[in-house]
Amino acid sequence: MTSEHTTDNLPRILIIDDELAIRRFLHTVLSRTEYALHEAENGHTGLAAAATFRPDVILLDLGLPDLDGIEVLRRIREWSPVPIIVLSVREREDDKVAALDAGADDYLTKPFGVSELRARIRAALRRSLQQTPEPVFVSADLSVDLSERRVTSHGEVIFLTPTEYDILRLLVTHAGKVMTHSQILKQVWGIAYLEQPHVLRVNISNLRRKIEADPSRPRHIITEPGVGYRLKVMEKAS
Amino acid sequence: MMANGDDIRPSPEAMLKLAQAEEVTAELGKLKIFLGYAAGVGKTYAMLEAAQQRKKDGRDVLAGYVESHGRPETDTLLEGLELLPRKNVTYMGVALQEMDLDAILTRRPQIVLVDELAHSNAPGSRHEKRWQDVEEILEAGIDVYTTVNIQHFESLNDVVTQITGITVRETVPDRLLDLAFEIKLIDIPPEDLLQRLHEGKVYIADQAAKAIEKFFRPGNLMALRELSLRRTAARVDDQMRAYMETRSIAGPWPTAERLMVCVSGSPYSEKLIRATCRLAEELKAQWFTVYIETPGVGRHIRENRELIWHNLRLAEGLGAQVATVSATDISAAVMEYAHKHNITKIVIGKPNKSRWRELISPPIVDSIIRFSGAVDVVVVSFEPEQHKKSVPKQRQRRPFELGGYAASCALIAVATLLCELLRPFLEPTNMVMFYLLAVVVASVRFGRKPAMLSALLGVLAFDFFFVPPIMTFAVADTQYLLTFLGLFVVGVVISTLMARARERAEVIRVREVQTASLYYLSRDLAASADIDAVLKALVRNVEEALEAQVVILLPEGERLDIVAFSAGLILDIKEQAVADWAFRNNRMAGRATDTLVSASLIYLPLQTPASVLGVIGVRLRHDRSYHSPENRRLLDAFATQAAMALERIQFSRQAEQAQILQARENLERALLNSISHDLRTPLATVTGVLSSLRDDESRLSEQERSELLETAAGEAERLNRFVGNLLDMTRIEAGAVRLHLEPCDVQDLVGCALAALEQRIGNREISFKMLPVMPLVPMDLVLMTQVVVNLLDNSLKYSPPGKPIEIVASTESSWLLLEVADRGQGVPEHDLKRVFDKFYRIPIPEGAGGTGLGLSICKGIVEAHGGEISAENRTDGGLRIVIRLPLRTTERQHHDF
Repeated sequence: MTSEHTTDNLPRILIIDDELAIRRFLHTVLSRTEYALHEAENGHTGLAAAATFRPDVILLDLGLPDLDGIEVLRRIREWSPVPIIVLSVREREDDKVAALDAGADDYLTKPFGVSELRARIRAALRRSLQQTPEPVFVSADLSVDLSERRVTSHGEVIFLTPTEYDILRLLVTHAGKVMTHSQILKQVWGIAYLEQPHVLRVNISNLRRKIEADPSRPRHIITEPGVGYRLKVMEKAS
Repeated sequence: MMANGDDIRPSPEAMLKLAQAEEVTAELGKLKIFLGYAAGVGKTYAMLEAAQQRKKDGRDVLAGYVESHGRPETDTLLEGLELLPRKNVTYMGVALQEMDLDAILTRRPQIVLVDELAHSNAPGSRHEKRWQDVEEILEAGIDVYTTVNIQHFESLNDVVTQITGITVRETVPDRLLDLAFEIKLIDIPPEDLLQRLHEGKVYIADQAAKAIEKFFRPGNLMALRELSLRRTAARVDDQMRAYMETRSIAGPWPTAERLMVCVSGSPYSEKLIRATCRLAEELKAQWFTVYIETPGVGRHIRENRELIWHNLRLAEGLGAQVATVSATDISAAVMEYAHKHNITKIVIGKPNKSRWRELISPPIVDSIIRFSGAVDVVVVSFEPEQHKKSVPKQRQRRPFELGGYAASCALIAVATLLCELLRPFLEPTNMVMFYLLAVVVASVRFGRKPAMLSALLGVLAFDFFFVPPIMTFAVADTQYLLTFLGLFVVGVVISTLMARARERAEVIRVREVQTASLYYLSRDLAASADIDAVLKALVRNVEEALEAQVVILLPEGERLDIVAFSAGLILDIKEQAVADWAFRNNRMAGRATDTLVSASLIYLPLQTPASVLGVIGVRLRHDRSYHSPENRRLLDAFATQAAMALERIQFSRQAEQAQILQARENLERALLNSISHDLRTPLATVTGVLSSLRDDESRLSEQERSELLETAAGEAERLNRFVGNLLDMTRIEAGAVRLHLEPCDVQDLVGCALAALEQRIGNREISFKMLPVMPLVPMDLVLMTQVVVNLLDNSLKYSPPGKPIEIVASTESSWLLLEVADRGQGVPEHDLKRVFDKFYRIPIPEGAGGTGLGLSICKGIVEAHGGEISAENRTDGGLRIVIRLPLRTTERQHHDF
């Protein structure tokens, strides 16, 4: 179970999946794009590898033969903040929320496209390699200056309520990653608001009206139905 | 059954009989009878010996009930056998010990020993007789060893009485002898038996000692021994015949005789029945017992009802087919029945009427013989002393009879007074008319005997008061003697005629009531479409017709449930057990039957030729009503009718279910076909592309390769979509989807749907209009997103690429209205409802490759939200789907769907 790659400066990816076909597929599509790969076929070897291999990103399947994927997630989270992307055939939102709330950074439902996977890995790597957050977040026409609490769209300053700003800041600090409803509610309003999802919806709706060109086809704040919201990271031009 | 020398095939009837017997014996336990001719021949001893032997062979033997009478030899043999504790039964303060039938049935040994087959059980036991217990044990598949003396067999009962002068009351039906798998005759010479008796080795109950001593005379013993030997020989003969029949061995075939015996309430009928039974057995013939009921003898019926009923039951017990026929002319009815049933011999009793009565009414025997034609008539005679055996007549005094006599006297007094008043104007002979009038009135109002009394009194009063010399009974003019005679005879004749007319009317009335009640029941039953209605009709009609309380029990799984009952009738556990017994054994039980007579109701199985459907229990108001043949017949008819009605409903239910099943099967087959088609088609493309890339890669141009890959990716996408849809559909149908209702922004809903379809939409124009202020709507955003995605997906597929798609959201009172409209071809009007059916696809020539599940998933989800979805064609072309969702959560949505 050792990787043939010798170069130490490549980002390291640990694949925990019991399906040989999936492992082989991932191996094929990812090794070309300069990653150091390590494979584990069950939960226990996966946990051991996470400690010894020290990966930069973990791709985790939830349906493992020995341990439930969520359990693996929890045990890794006990000691490591390494980005974990869940790859699963479980497409129910409950499962997604459970995985994200347990500490997963991202969730991809099988089957998925290769480019989608690469984008998610890149985003995760960016978040984990980034030591200090950039003070200014820029995505297409939207820019958020966290040090000055300033939001602009197409260069024009946009006025947000404190709550709206708090939501946006949270999304910006986790840009590209899905934040579940409960994560946002907990961090913006506090734990008492966990059962009040409508305040979040109203605020998101208002926020969109202010920063989106067409609120019914949002480009920045993407709804993950049943799971939460994600701030999309786009290149400057558009 | 015809057989001749060349016909070597076994007759089908014989094979069928054999098959039936085998079928029955396959389930039944085997009965072994140790048959003796008197007490003390050693039956119990022989039975125990055999049991010990079986035990040595490794069989599971249980001594269910063995009476050793303290004989040491017998006790020794009991050692090592498992003895079943006896059941203690208290009856009228006397403790009795009986065999524990239920314990045997639960213990389920292979062989049970049951001593004294003819024993009568203590009142309150399940069965009146032990042989009935034995039958039940056999039916449970347990073998039985039993002992019995020859004099207990029913058909020999009267012969034994004739021989020994002792009437044996404990009888066993002869069919048990036929049922027996093996009969072991325990035979010792009478001299030895007497020797044993003198040595005190024969048990004799103290109270019966005298009678038994009379019984143990050498002559008696010899006769009984012969009887038992003959009976056993007859059985061996039977087996031989059966063997010959099945093997097609030609032999002295008995002709297919069918016997018929006519009985009445006469005390001789019983003997007549026994005689016929013996004759039938000798001839190997089927036999029928018929009672002809005539209106003319209505009073006779009432008085002998018990006796007739008893006789018919006896005949049934002896194996006859029993029938009651109503007719006015006895001999005609007898002959009609005989012809209908192909009777070859009619058995009738020799009349014992005196000569002069024969002159008045010729005996029925004569007319039967005259009309008998090809049918033989056997006339059986009786010894006069038999008469004392007759059951004492239970005369029912009519309550008003005494009053009737008094009123008759009063009538005569009134007539006398009238005559006294009119004496100056009337001749004495004309005064007779007043007395005659009084007699007529008496016979009309008070019946026959008071009328006859009034005739007599009339004569005397007329003589005393009006015939000179007046105030004496002397008669001066002898001509008056003729007047007296005339008055008396006319009085008697009139009263007889009137009485007969009344009785006839009464019989007709009773019959009329019965017919009417049966008619009402059948009319009600015919109108009943479900079980409840049938039960109601049955309870009501039986209540009315028999003045009874009714309960009906139908099987529910393993047990019987009370499904209908008369008001105020409560069944305790014991009564239910009786009903249960009647149901399981398909025989009537309870009050006034052979089985579980201590019950307070009589229970009849509701049976059709095919099955037993339930039990009806009836409590009649009067005890004697249970024994009336009319009531029994009516009950039987009710039970049969009800059973047929229940069966009819069951059948129609089954037919309905079969239809539903068929329809479901068709649907499922279509579904499977469709699914396998939809799964295989994209797979075929993907597989094809992959194999061509693997095998012909060098020959493909770059453009061809990318085209192939594009196609495969599209198909894989489609396959994924289809599997997703199938899973969704399965979840919705299985009720496995739980709604997570949250207040949602409609704009967000549409946005999510558009985002999901981003690539497919491309540059297609999609407009979204909504009210400036929209409330948050409670919904499951994930599922509703899927609904909108499916609708948009359909619109994209079924409308031309250049035409816009419109989404409109609005509110209408407490509903959210969400419309998705396109400019496609629309749907044929008659299919607008069907578009939401599973696997419905709009027939488009090129085929847009839909799964046919999208809209039905939408429907499932929207309805789970308590909403509605409908399709309509737009007036200016295109299809519009309208979703209505409630703005407030309703009760239902909090539950799973």
